[in-house]
Amino acid sequence: MALLAAAVFEQAVSRRVSTPVKPNSPLTMKLRSLTLGLLLAGLAAAQAGDITMKGSDTLVVLAQKWAEEYMAKNPEAKIQVTGGGSGVGLAALQNKTTDLANSSRKIRAKEIESCIKAFGKRPTEYKVALDGLSVYVSADNPVEALSLPQLEAIFTGRIRNWKDVGGPDAPITVYSRENSSGTYEFFKEHVLGGKDFTASAQTMPGTAAVLQAVAKDKHGIGYGGAAYGAGAKHLKVSKEDGSEPIEPNEETVVSGKYPIWRHLFIYVNPAQDTGDIGKFLRWIRSDTGQELVKEIGYYPLPKNLRAAI
Amino acid sequence: MGDSSSPAEARWRQLNTRRRRPLEWLAERVIFAVSLSAIVMVFLIFLFVAKESLPVFTGGVDSALVQPVRPVEDFDRLSRAELQAYLGLSDAEFARKDDETLRLLMEVKAEAQDEIPAEFREDKDARLNTAQWRYLLLPYQWTGYDAPAFIWQPISLIHKYNIVPLFIGSLKATLVALVFAVPLSVAAAIYVSQLAHPRLKEWLKPAIEMLAGIPSVVAGFFALIVMATVLEAPISAVAGWLGLPSSRLNALVAGLALGFAIIPVVFSIAEDALTSVPRSYVQGALALGASKWKAAWQIVLPAALPGVFAAVILGFGRAIGETMIVLMASGNASIVSWNIFDSTRTITATIAAELAEAVFGGHHYRMLFMLGTLLFIVTFASNFLADLVIHRLKARLEGRA
Repeated sequence: MALLAAAVFEQAVSRRVSTPVKPNSPLTMKLRSLTLGLLLAGLAAAQAGDITMKGSDTLVVLAQKWAEEYMAKNPEAKIQVTGGGSGVGLAALQNKTTDLANSSRKIRAKEIESCIKAFGKRPTEYKVALDGLSVYVSADNPVEALSLPQLEAIFTGRIRNWKDVGGPDAPITVYSRENSSGTYEFFKEHVLGGKDFTASAQTMPGTAAVLQAVAKDKHGIGYGGAAYGAGAKHLKVSKEDGSEPIEPNEETVVSGKYPIWRHLFIYVNPAQDTGDIGKFLRWIRSDTGQELVKEIGYYPLPKNLRAAI
Repeated sequence: MGDSSSPAEARWRQLNTRRRRPLEWLAERVIFAVSLSAIVMVFLIFLFVAKESLPVFTGGVDSALVQPVRPVEDFDRLSRAELQAYLGLSDAEFARKDDETLRLLMEVKAEAQDEIPAEFREDKDARLNTAQWRYLLLPYQWTGYDAPAFIWQPISLIHKYNIVPLFIGSLKATLVALVFAVPLSVAAAIYVSQLAHPRLKEWLKPAIEMLAGIPSVVAGFFALIVMATVLEAPISAVAGWLGLPSSRLNALVAGLALGFAIIPVVFSIAEDALTSVPRSYVQGALALGASKWKAAWQIVLPAALPGVFAAVILGFGRAIGETMIVLMASGNASIVSWNIFDSTRTITATIAAELAEAVFGGHHYRMLFMLGTLLFIVTFASNFLADLVIHRLKARLEGRA
């Protein structure tokens, strides 16, 4: 409910702001600065010349970092970053309430359809970073490595005891993410091969929560960004039973040797991919922009996917 | 609520025969409009939620994975009406699109079907419209499952929308909360209203009601970090003794935290009801030689029972609609089990967690709104029922029936 109320409120505000007001009356000025103070986000969306980014919570910290650095170098640029989830960002792209949609998953066909209905074109997709997904277990767990088929069996509930994968005789507690998370979807598609997570998997509101739960639960297993780390052990993962287990780190993720990794995306209406927005997008994918990716804990794009400026 | 010729009404009539000043009249109207706006707001919210979920009730949602596809080459062979129906566009939308956009839409539709992995395309469930009521309410043996089961897995190539686990989850957490909170708060209400020294009552009542001031997100966080950790060992010991599985975050932890959230509601209303029992009842009982305790237990409590019942029902409404605490402390696994040591997923937590990512207007989105509508109906029905029972009880107590 709160979410809906906020959305309705925001809409009402942006409509109010876009109605012409006499600029010189002191009262309107006062009112306007008041609105500005209270509802910066809604107002900024309506101002021309500003760039708004909305979407994935996975990307929000990185996007903020990009925005900060870019604004420091280009004082005339104004960039607003909001989270909310990949789906929220892509919905905002269709409603034209954001310029750029951050997404930790590929856009769905249904969303492309809505975009075409809204602005007649497919949104342009930019890969902006790489993210490795780690499988976490408690530091007390003697298991060091698992294969993708073993992970599939554990997370779908076919293997329920650690002793079946070389651990102690104890039941496995599976920790997962909410199904609204891009990470959840990615893991389901690429590790479980589209099969359902076991119904007894406990869902956590964020990667940090998964990590905390696994750190406290000797028999727990969970998954999440490779950048998160403290408290739990990151397993080595092998592609097949018997092949060499690979530890997740920058070298193995960027080269694709570590098997569980994904791209992070930004989507944009192609008609807007010019001028300031186009420049910003190219900067993100340049060497300078990609340097910042590492600072946040994700992995930079390989050289051939970067843009030249 | 009361009789039509109540003293309150007589007083109102007496006050309103005097001539009012225009400003007062205006102020009265404004206040009336403001209070009306609350009702209008509730009505509008219900209308909105019901409108968004309507297609689920009328069968207008198709969530089948494999849909019939017309290749783009068929563009000229389709009549305009066929094309419009195929693309699912409204008349106004259809009129605004040029041929190029329409072709693009056809292309995307075909692509979406191409993306489906081959083994899922041939799945026995791939052509099922899983948004039908029989899949929402009855168990079904999906591919990859050993037996028919109630499954809520909306983000899945084959969308599974069985709402039974969520209902059981909501009821389980709510019942734990009521079992924990009702005896506590009713006992506290009896003590504060009948037995406590007036000076003690003066600070006890606000202190208990202050619990209502704890933001539910804080209560949830407390349950997640502190209660779950403290209770982990005793819960696993008890569950092990009973031979039941248990997990760290479970219905018991969430229910207890939820109990803290409803204690002030139940306490406050029950206390009011007990206090409103005429003093003469107690005085009569005391005069006949009853002890203070006996008068409270055998005279005041039965007389105030309708009010206490209303308090419990309102506590139920608050508990089943509470979101943040269960979202954080229940573990959110959508399993069908009445074991309170198992983790549980409630309707409210499901809506809160999933709505942000659901494709707007898609079947998942509609399904979540359908859950919202059902929740609304459940709370409305329980309040209505409570009102009905209270009226009948009241009539009986007053000797009118």
